Amino acid sequence: MANTKIRIKRKDDTTELKILIAHPMEHGRNRDPETQELIPAHFIKTLTVRHNDKTVITARMAGSISKNPYFAFVLNDIEIGDLIRVDWTDNRGLTGSAEQILTDPS
Amino acid sequence: MSNSRRTFLIQSVIACSGVIAPRLAFADWAEDHFAPGKLDRTLDRLYADATIVESDAIALKLPLIAEDGAVVPITVSSTLGNVESIAILVEKNPVPLAAIFNIAPETEPFVSAHLKMAETCDVIAVVKSGETLYSARQQVKVTIGGCGG
Repeated sequence: MANTKIRIKRKDDTTELKILIAHPMEHGRNRDPETQELIPAHFIKTLTVRHNDKTVITARMAGSISKNPYFAFVLNDIEIGDLIRVDWTDNRGLTGSAEQILTDPS
Repeated sequence: MSNSRRTFLIQSVIACSGVIAPRLAFADWAEDHFAPGKLDRTLDRLYADATIVESDAIALKLPLIAEDGAVVPITVSSTLGNVESIAILVEKNPVPLAAIFNIAPETEPFVSAHLKMAETCDVIAVVKSGETLYSARQQVKVTIGGCGG
């Protein structure tokens, strides 16, 4: 999906993963400045990072993560040709994902 | 709550759920971990009253002053071994727990994220290394809160 962007980059022996997701991350306590009505909660609850078929990171979060969340992680033992996949689910059951294969930088 | 009752309750939970189940349950999104309330209460719910030791082996990269509380960048890394999880909490946010990351053994204990901060307060990282909990904290001065809309 276009709303989830990831970038993996080899850094010495490790691999840096950066994630950017377009999401409102509303915690449900903000009010619409014009109508004064509460803006319903809408936030990502879980995010998983998989290396090939193995889950390496599971994150749980709520509305204290900023709008359009950014995350970075450092992964080990990633070989050229390996697949990194990111999946997320929000409190309304919407999902998003992105995947990238680590390519040879040279 | 009396000590013996607490011990009994904890033992009951362990007895009922087996040894593997609590670990799996820990990876699920839990309503009470993200419930509004005080920081101490959230920590109790997350770690069942276990002792948390302050540690220099956790590095926090946070601004001293955040001009915009809506986006406060944080990086938590650690030289501790066997890191199972890293939690990031904002002391005075209505919901103190921002995120908790479960990390596989071969993955570096390193996470970066962007936090919302309602007001000036401490940001706390709790790292679970083996069966021990370690923490580090730093105050961030917020000039414009990020939770009020």
